[in-house]
Amino acid sequence: MSHSHAQAQPVGEHTTTGISHNRLMMWTFLASDCMFFGSLIWVYFAYRGRYFEPPYPRDVLDIPYTSVSAAVLLLSSFSIVMALTALERADMRGFRGWLLGTILLGALFLGGQYYEFITFYHEGLTLTANLFGTTFFVLTGFHGTHVFIGVVWLLVQWLLSYFGKLTPAHVERFFVTTLYWHFVDIVWILIFTLVYLIPA
Amino acid sequence: MSTAADVAPNEYGAENPEVRSEYPEHSHRHYLLVALALAIITGLEVMVSYVHIGPFFMPVLLILMAIKFVMVVLEFMHLRHDHKIFHYLFWSGLLLAVLVYIAYLATFKFFLPA
Repeated sequence: MSHSHAQAQPVGEHTTTGISHNRLMMWTFLASDCMFFGSLIWVYFAYRGRYFEPPYPRDVLDIPYTSVSAAVLLLSSFSIVMALTALERADMRGFRGWLLGTILLGALFLGGQYYEFITFYHEGLTLTANLFGTTFFVLTGFHGTHVFIGVVWLLVQWLLSYFGKLTPAHVERFFVTTLYWHFVDIVWILIFTLVYLIPA
Repeated sequence: MSTAADVAPNEYGAENPEVRSEYPEHSHRHYLLVALALAIITGLEVMVSYVHIGPFFMPVLLILMAIKFVMVVLEFMHLRHDHKIFHYLFWSGLLLAVLVYIAYLATFKFFLPA
C-alpha cells in the first residue's frame, strides 16, 4: 500500500476495505451524477440544430457574460481547496475566510444564472418555447440546483465551524464536501464549452 | 468573532496527533499555478470561439475542455494521489455516460454510411 493510500485511511475509522466510507460514498455518487449530467448533455446534443422556432442559441447566448461566470466558478474551486489546506493546517481563521469566499463566489454564480434566465425569458426563450429552451433550461437548471445545494451545504459548514462542530479533526468530512463542489465546477466546464462555445 | 474554536488552534493537532495534511506536497503555490493554468485555458477557449480556425475549431475546444476537466479532477479533487478504487468509480461513470451517447448515435444510424 503506497503512502498516499495509507493516508486515505481516515483517523480512527476502521473499514474492511481500508478506505474511507464517506469518500467512497461521495465518489460513487459523483459517478452516478456523471451519468445523470451525461444524459442531459446528450439530450441537448440530440436536439441541437433542430429548433424550428426562434429564439435560437445565437440570438440569446452571451459568451462574454458566461465566460465571467465560468471564471467565478473556477475561482471558487481554487478558494475551496485553499480552505481545505487551511483546515488541514488547523488554521481556522484562514479556513473560514476561504470558505466564505467560496460561498460568496457560488452565490455570485447563482445570481448570474438567475439574471441570465430572466434575460432569456424576456427575449422569449422559455422552457416550452422550443427544443432549445427545453434542453437548455433543464440542463442548466439542474446544474444550478446542484450549485444551490452546494452553497447551502458550505454555508452550514461555515456556521458549524463557529460552534466547534467543524474542526481540523473533521478534515475528511470537509474533503468530501470539496469533492462535490469541484464536481459542480467540472460539469460547468463541460456545459460552458458544449453549450455556449460550440455554436449550434 | 472569537469563539472557543479559535482559542489555541493547534489544540486540535495536539488532541489528535494523527491529524495531518494528506497531501503535504501540495502547497499554496501548486494550487495557485493550477488555478492560473485553468484561467489561461478558459481564456484560450473564449478566444478560439471568436477566431476562425476552420476544421480545428471543435477538436481544439474539446481538447482544452478535456484538459481543464482532468486538471480539476486530478489536482483539486486529489484523485491523482488517492486510492485506485476512486479512479475506477469516477472514470467508469464517465465512460458509461459516453457509451450511452455512442449507443444513442448507433440507434439513429449515425455511424452508417449515408
